[in-house]
Amino acid sequence: MLQDPALELRARDIGRALRCVVCQNQSIDDSNAEVARDMRRAVRERLSAGDDDRAVFAYMVARYGDYVLLKPPFKAGTWVLWLGGPLVLLIAGAALLIAARRRRQVPLAPLQPLSEEEQRRLDALLKP
Amino acid sequence: MNRRLLFILPLLTLALMAGFFAWSLLAGRDPASIGSVLVGRPAPRLEVKALREGEPPLTDALLKTGKPAIVNFFASWCTPCLAEHPLFTRLAQREGAVIIGVAWKNKPAEANAWLKRLGDPYKFAGADVEGRTGLDWGLSGVPETYLVDGQGIVRRHFRGPITERDVNETILPFLKGAK
Repeated sequence: MLQDPALELRARDIGRALRCVVCQNQSIDDSNAEVARDMRRAVRERLSAGDDDRAVFAYMVARYGDYVLLKPPFKAGTWVLWLGGPLVLLIAGAALLIAARRRRQVPLAPLQPLSEEEQRRLDALLKP
Repeated sequence: MNRRLLFILPLLTLALMAGFFAWSLLAGRDPASIGSVLVGRPAPRLEVKALREGEPPLTDALLKTGKPAIVNFFASWCTPCLAEHPLFTRLAQREGAVIIGVAWKNKPAEANAWLKRLGDPYKFAGADVEGRTGLDWGLSGVPETYLVDGQGIVRRHFRGPITERDVNETILPFLKGAK
């Protein structure tokens, strides 16, 4: 815990974005692991020393790699991860649009007036 | 024709996924692996006070002697460390390897008692009581072991205990080949 509440708030935000390296999907803010405790302390030490948030993240990445970031960075190895979802959505939307347009273009068969026989049966059915 | 192609699409998707799953299973892919960013880079700072009483503190100079070194983080409370300990004893006694031990989050008295009981394979031993050096080395826990060449470049990083196989296939060739 830092004395300065603004700094402590930043430390919390950073802590929530850093992955605990022994518990996989917990942030260091949530984890009780020894390493997570050391990492929380290091985050606070870096902030107290005047580092900005990016420098603190860089400090952790230099030691533990991109693995330590809960939100993976956008780079050559991860573009499929970031763009894959929206891309599939776009393709599906386009396919749906094309299908809908094609359906609208199918001409309806011209209406035929009822034959005498049909008219008689309809009248019989509608009679109260 | 067009329509029939459309029916193949789900099958194709299935085949693609099955292929990916098979590769994941068979290629030994481990999504939980942290990997190591240190490999190929100069070793981080090694400035810890000595574990054994009356010895000078460890410095970076120990990693730039022109001879390869093994850096091992351990603790007396760590069971896997107990399991790998005989391998380090063998490396020190039979192969003459330079092994630097760092007791991580361990009271020096307890670490020393542990080494007294099991034998001490470490040419140099440090005490990282607060885990600050461990953090600099990207440590996730103990035991972890680093192979550092004579120029101070990290060549391998083992997370977890080393095994007989690691010794035979990686560590011994490294000690013989590293400049």
